[in-house]
Amino acid sequence: MNQNSRPQTVSTAAIVAAGLRKRYRAEKRFRRLGIGAVILSLGFLLLLFGNILSQGLPAFRQTEIALEIEFTPRLITADPARGNYRALARQALQRAFPKVRKRRAKKELYRLLSNGAAFELRRMVLADPALVGTDRRCWLPADDLVDNFLKNPESGKKRLSPRQLAWLSQLHNQGRLALRFNRFFFTRGDSRDPEMAGILGALCGSIFTLLVTLALSFPLGIASALYLEEFAGRNAFADFLEVNINNLAAVPSIIFGLLGLAVFINLFGLPRSAPLVGGLALSLMTMPTIIIAGRAALKAVPPSIREAALGIGASKVQTVFHHVLPLALPGMLTGTIIGMARALGETAPLLMIGMVAFIVDIPRSLSAPATVLPVQIYLWADSPERAFVAKTSAAIIVLLAFLILMNAGAVVLRKKFERKW
Amino acid sequence: MKKLFPLLLAIIASSLLAAGWSWAGGGRDYIYIVGSSTVYPFATVVAEEFGRTTRFKTPKIESTGSGGGFKLFSAGPGIDTPDITDASRRIKKSELERCRKNGVGGVVEIKIGYDGIVVANAQKAPRLKLSRKILFLALARNVPSPDGGEHLVPNPYRRWHDIDPGLPDFHIRVLGPPPTSGTRDAFAELVMMAGAESFPWLKSLQHQDKHKFKEIAESLREDGAYIEAGENDNLIVQKLATDMTALGIFGFSYLDQNSDRIQGALIDGVEPSFENIASGRYPVSRPLFFYVKKVHVETIPGLGEYITEFLSDKACGEEGYLADRGLIPMPAAELARYRKTAAELEPELKLQDLE
Repeated sequence: MNQNSRPQTVSTAAIVAAGLRKRYRAEKRFRRLGIGAVILSLGFLLLLFGNILSQGLPAFRQTEIALEIEFTPRLITADPARGNYRALARQALQRAFPKVRKRRAKKELYRLLSNGAAFELRRMVLADPALVGTDRRCWLPADDLVDNFLKNPESGKKRLSPRQLAWLSQLHNQGRLALRFNRFFFTRGDSRDPEMAGILGALCGSIFTLLVTLALSFPLGIASALYLEEFAGRNAFADFLEVNINNLAAVPSIIFGLLGLAVFINLFGLPRSAPLVGGLALSLMTMPTIIIAGRAALKAVPPSIREAALGIGASKVQTVFHHVLPLALPGMLTGTIIGMARALGETAPLLMIGMVAFIVDIPRSLSAPATVLPVQIYLWADSPERAFVAKTSAAIIVLLAFLILMNAGAVVLRKKFERKW
Repeated sequence: MKKLFPLLLAIIASSLLAAGWSWAGGGRDYIYIVGSSTVYPFATVVAEEFGRTTRFKTPKIESTGSGGGFKLFSAGPGIDTPDITDASRRIKKSELERCRKNGVGGVVEIKIGYDGIVVANAQKAPRLKLSRKILFLALARNVPSPDGGEHLVPNPYRRWHDIDPGLPDFHIRVLGPPPTSGTRDAFAELVMMAGAESFPWLKSLQHQDKHKFKEIAESLREDGAYIEAGENDNLIVQKLATDMTALGIFGFSYLDQNSDRIQGALIDGVEPSFENIASGRYPVSRPLFFYVKKVHVETIPGLGEYITEFLSDKACGEEGYLADRGLIPMPAAELARYRKTAAELEPELKLQDLE
């Protein structure tokens, strides 16, 4: 190359100095590329979050109308569970606008309130039977069209009649129309009235499903990792197992759904749409992840620990459970949380076992019909009513919050138990 | 660490125990419904109202598509199979035969109303006056030669203006459902087939070679003029609202809910309005059904009451709450007939009814 043609007097230092600028430039270029990649991905993440937050935040507030409700005993009857609460709400609306008399106009007036208003009144009376016979000002949920109007006045007013707009402005001037915190979103299950639809049912479903998944895949996964890493020798059988576990980790999740359908539902006769079956199917999916992470954590424990334990006379089992496992556990927990986070966001396997369903009642047991958060997002995204667009984003926010909470838990656990060598 | 393991064991044991205990109760105290995603928005509203106003539990409704619903429904008579399947088309002969084979027993067919399929664009764009023939020419993969010859050519039309000078001069771009959707099936049958039939030589082909005709009529363009937008109709609506030149195909309820942002094109001179679809003047509408397993009516609490609620005036009558959601009610006489069927659970559906 170059130095061969030059006189011998050129020292090595000179050659290095000549190439130095080029090398610095290459390094700078590489750094810039790296920073660029990070900024680009951060930018996309911000865009995504910004979009979801701007769409979803309005759903945390809901338009409500304050009405003087007269809890007439005649309408509530002897059994408060079966009273005519719709009539109660309508009577109050009628009192607020005594001039509305015609049938059509009345119908339009009643439409300002949500179907859920009656439900809310029923809940209030059941919670406090002493209300019957009293007068009280109550904030009741407004219809989703009214809600849409308050949130986007420009486009929202096209779907309300001039009469309704006049009533709304009158209510507004009296301070009886306001955006308030959407309590229904966190206390109710799914509904086809967007203003009454809540996330609690799906949240409970997700928690139940994850509990089953955790209860099965964590102990089994850790036991498998321990056996494979500490007890099984290196032989053909162990290699066979290892290849299979690695393959299982890469199997598309829908396959586990099909397996769940064939085995748990058709063969064992477990109920469809239940968190129990969902959790079983998801634990099949998360177990390989936990095993692989668990084995990596066990490998990271220095052999000197084992040797020291064995050296002072501990048995193999004592060595593993008293010394190796406690040291490996933080790493295993991290793997478990990663697996659980993946299970939390999974819909495909649940599709096959019937968890994509309209379920109003909040699930109370592992075998009650339930959906989970990502499925709820999918169902809302597909609903015709406009207000579900915001609900969809709000549900995504809840899912993300849940996920961040889980990851934060993992970080705390790791920090607490971790030991550096 | 030592504390963690007993805790975990306790969690496992208690959760499995709880599951076994609650599941051993047997039976089922809620109604189980599967089926069409088109009927889903209506069935769920009825289910919710039913759960709210009666002493029964709210039914569980899975959205599986019409075909998937029939598959689950016809699996057998057992308590673990659905009581009702919703459908945006009539049950097929093969599906009813499968019911028969698996011992499902009597099946009762109930019509709940009609659904219109609309072609819509942005509110701010000019309103289109289309016909089924124009839609066929715009969307079929192969169309009759523009020179009037009786042979097919690959679709040469790029702009609406090319098909009919009265139409605006922008590119043909239509967002619609994928082949798995019932809406697509109905669109092919009601619009594309009817459009193809408006050519006399294609109509005579229909008599000679039914399959060939079907293939011509139902094959949609793949050159970008027809865009498969997925099953999510909301996405189509959002896209239309911002894109002045695109058109979309979806169910009437989505047009109804978004009437401030999009407008329906006139088809054969008729606007897709509630009244026009109900009276049958709007040409692109289809009936919606559900099918009930007769043996379950006695064993599942509330099933009979649910059917009664669905067919009541306050639900699927002209002023009912389903009409508010975009379901087009049946004429009064037809409703009365299905109400009678529902009350008596007679007549059962027979194979010859589907001829």
